[in-house]
Formats: sequence, structure tokens, C-alpha cells
Amino acid sequence: MKLTDYEEALLAGDFGEPRRQAMSRIVEIGRFFDAEDCVEVAQAHIMADTEALGEAGVEHLEGLTKYAEEDRWVKIPTITDPRGADLNAYERIKQDERFVSLERRAIDAFRALGVMMTDTCINYQTVLPPVKGEHLAMGDTGVVIYSNSVQGARTNYEGGPAALAAALTGRTARYGFHLDEKRRGSARFELTETPQDWAEWGALGGIVGNAMGSYFQVPVIDGVTGTVPTSDDLKHFGAALASYGSTAMFHMVGVTPEAPDLQMVFDGPPPDAVTIGRQDLKDFMASYGGGDDSLDVVVFAAPQLSVMELERLAGLLKGRQVHGDVSLLVATNPENKSAADRFGFTDAIEGAGGVLLEGVCFYQMHARELGEANGWTRLMTNSAKLTNIIGGYGYDPVLADMERCVDSAVAGRVV
Amino acid sequence: MADLIIKGHAGIGPAVKGEALVAHDNFSARYDLDRVKGVFSRPAHKLYGENFVDKILVLNIAKGGVATAWMLHTMKQRAMAPAALLLNWANPIIAQGAAFADFPLIDRFEEDITGQIRSGDRVRVDPASGTVTVEGRG
Repeated sequence: MKLTDYEEALLAGDFGEPRRQAMSRIVEIGRFFDAEDCVEVAQAHIMADTEALGEAGVEHLEGLTKYAEEDRWVKIPTITDPRGADLNAYERIKQDERFVSLERRAIDAFRALGVMMTDTCINYQTVLPPVKGEHLAMGDTGVVIYSNSVQGARTNYEGGPAALAAALTGRTARYGFHLDEKRRGSARFELTETPQDWAEWGALGGIVGNAMGSYFQVPVIDGVTGTVPTSDDLKHFGAALASYGSTAMFHMVGVTPEAPDLQMVFDGPPPDAVTIGRQDLKDFMASYGGGDDSLDVVVFAAPQLSVMELERLAGLLKGRQVHGDVSLLVATNPENKSAADRFGFTDAIEGAGGVLLEGVCFYQMHARELGEANGWTRLMTNSAKLTNIIGGYGYDPVLADMERCVDSAVAGRVV
Repeated sequence: MADLIIKGHAGIGPAVKGEALVAHDNFSARYDLDRVKGVFSRPAHKLYGENFVDKILVLNIAKGGVATAWMLHTMKQRAMAPAALLLNWANPIIAQGAAFADFPLIDRFEEDITGQIRSGDRVRVDPASGTVTVEGRG
């Protein structure tokens, strides 16, 4: 790999041991993917909830804090993905104290490295939206796919240790979605009908994701008609696509910035299209939630909710009461929680018996143990991403739109 | 008997040897493994119930989310990790996890690697040269 003088100095340890280790890993990954050189990144975003970190990961972070500040402080603005516990609300949902104390240790360590604890997977809606052409090191699959596809920024999936290496050096290896040629379309899907709500956009993401074979495939969606999809529509679509497909980028013809028309997206003639219609969306949603109408918990999360989603949820819950046998959980980030407090949404949601959590996401907060502590098995959500993940944690998920989820929470059974 | 030598792309981590555990199926540390007991725990996986500790794991494609990047390190610390991972196709997350844990990983072989190695084979893995040697199979 061709390195600059600065990168060589990092590698030689001139800027301290943490940065030497970080640069050495970047070079190792660069060689693995045949990167010719490194690229400067403007921001890093670290996925490091304690469920993923484990005790060993937390100890690693604590080890870094022992170095002098000039050797350990991040080089570029660095933010975090949702954490494993909401320190203000964990007792309300019976979360085990041992996870919370591990979480506190991780937070202390990150602060000592200069990391901003944004605790969010919707930083593109709330912190600093990426810009077309900007190189980034983003650490959440939903953030990566949104940044690449909707905003035209350039990032690979940067797992926790890799995003941390980027934070300490301001660099990542130039491969994958940093390169023009890797961002071209490789498969084509034609919609006969445009999804109508967030759950349907997620279902579409699931259908396309299931058809993807590798990280480096880029699906192209054509046939979107009517009103331009909102940021929340594309958030649900992208998050589900990334979850089901391990996919990092899509194009939506006439919507996303690198896809003005079908010819521009492909090298050569466009491949034959796979058609997706209303029945496919219905079949996908019906593939979850067979069996009886029992219900334990309704979850709105994955990704965290925007202010607009919170507004809609507050409106649906206003003046109603969640059934006594059912829990209703909502996850957003600290910024939107503060906004929800000011706008009266928190009162509407919690007044109806829901719990509005901040800085967490449901599947990243030790969901298996949480389910066992509360007796939750039957879970209802409007997030296709959550439906995909949560089965592995011992839940039996049902996928439906927000309105039906709320009606079910109030009725105490799946309606 | 001579050895069978298989060429892949230059990989990550130190050279190791061990016994192979092979399936034409995919790999995600978060979704497929019981990382405490050291066995494959997802019922739909072809290696369901098999112990992977200290094995040379040979599988098809790396899948799943970003958490795997931390998990190889934790598994190695607990002495609950495979000895090496040989895949047809790695992804950035598994490569980053291997670099962080100093864990042997090779991918992009000339042919389907899951068809060339059999469970129980004695295998030497050299990531620096991207070479896998199956003993007594030449």
C-alpha cells in the first residue's frame, strides 16, 4: 500500500502506541482488500454496545485510556451507535445491573478518548448529515447504507475496532464503497406498486436483501411513483435491506443522487428486472406472526425513531391506554427524546402506558435477558429489521404497520 | 503421501495448523454461534451442534451485522475461538475482526474451498502467502 509521510509516521509509532496499533490494522485490512492507499475520513461512528463489546472489549477500551491524552484522543469527530442500557430507565424494564455497570465502564472509557456519546443510529437525521462525496467511517449497517445511498457519501461497514482505528488516525483503507467502480448497480428490481408505510418500506428492504449474495452487490430499485419517499421511508427500507442482505448501498432511480436514470446506474445495458408488487409485500409481512393472537410486547425501534415518527406515535396513543398485560417500548436518541419532552410527545406516549427510552435500540440492549426478565416472547413491531434480528434472541415476532401495532397494544392481543 | 496445496488471496493473522471443520454454509459470530459453549447454535446451520473451538473452520460467505468485529477478540480471550477461518468470500467486518484479534483468515480461493477440504483433514494455514496445505492429500 502507498502511504503518506503522516501514515508512515503513525505506523512507526511517532504518534504513540494506540495510533500505531490503529494504523497497523488499517494497513492489514487494506492489503486484504487490495487497497492502493488510504483515504481521509471526516467522521467516525462506533458501534460498541456492551453486548457486542463484552468484558474483553471494555477492557481493551480501558487499556487505551491509560495512555497520555495526546496519544489517545481521537483525531476526527467521533460519535457512537446506541448503547446497551438507558441509564435513566433501565430499572423500569428490569434490566440487569451487571450489564448497566459494564455500560458505565464503557462510557467512561469512550469519554476519556474524546468520543461524543451521541448513542444513535440516526445520526444522519439528527447529528450531522453526510454530504455527497464525503468519505466516512460509519459503524452501523443502517447508517452506512443511508449515508452511501441517500446522501452519496462514501463508507464501508466499519465494525467497532475499525471505526475506532479511523477515529485515532483520521484514515481508513480505500476499498469497497470509497471507489467509484464499486458503487455501480449490479442487480435490478422493478416495483409495480410503491410501498405505503414504514412497515411496507421495511418489507421491501427485506425482499431485496434476501435476494443479495454478497456485501459488494448493489441493488437498483426502479418504478417508485407518487410522492417522493421521506427520509423515514428510506431509513426503514435501507435498514431492512442492510440487515437481510448485508448490503451497504442501493440506488433508487429518480430518487437517490447517483441514480438520475436507469442507464446512468449500470455499466453497460441494465440487467433483467425482478418485479416486486403489493402481493410480495403482503406475503413477506405474513411470513411472520402465524399462530395465535397472544401479545407480550410492542416495540418501536431499529432504527431509533425520528421526531416525525414520534409525532405520529404520540398522536395514535393520545387519550388511549396500553393493555395491562402488554408492554410498549419506544427507542430514540437523546436529542429526539429532549425534543419529544418539549413537544408533548413523551407525555402522550408515557401517559398511555408506554416507555420512551433514549440512547438505546431494542436488539442492542441484551434482548434475550430482557425477554426472560419480563416474560416477553410474542413481539409486535413495524420494523422489518427488528423482525429479522429478534428471532435469534428467542422472540416470536409479528410485523405490522404502526397503527395496527398500537391498536394491538391497546387491545392486549394481535389484532 | 504428498500434500494438497490450495491458493487463496493473502490473508490476515499468524500461521497455524489444526483439524478442519467444513460445511457449504455461511458464517456470522452473532447469529450462528453459542460463544460461551463453543458450538454452532443456529438450528438451520449445517454445523449445528458441532464444536468449533480450535478447529480450522471452512465455510462459504461471511454474513451478519457489525458486532462480529468485536466478537472474535472476545472469543480468543476466552480460549473459545476457532484456530482459523477459511472462506470463499469474507466481508469487511470479518476482516476487521480478524485484524483486531490477530486471528488467521484467508478467502478468495481458486476453487470452492468447502469442496476441497473435508472435516477431519489435517490442515496448515499460512495467511501471509494465502496458502492452505492439506496433509497427505496430494
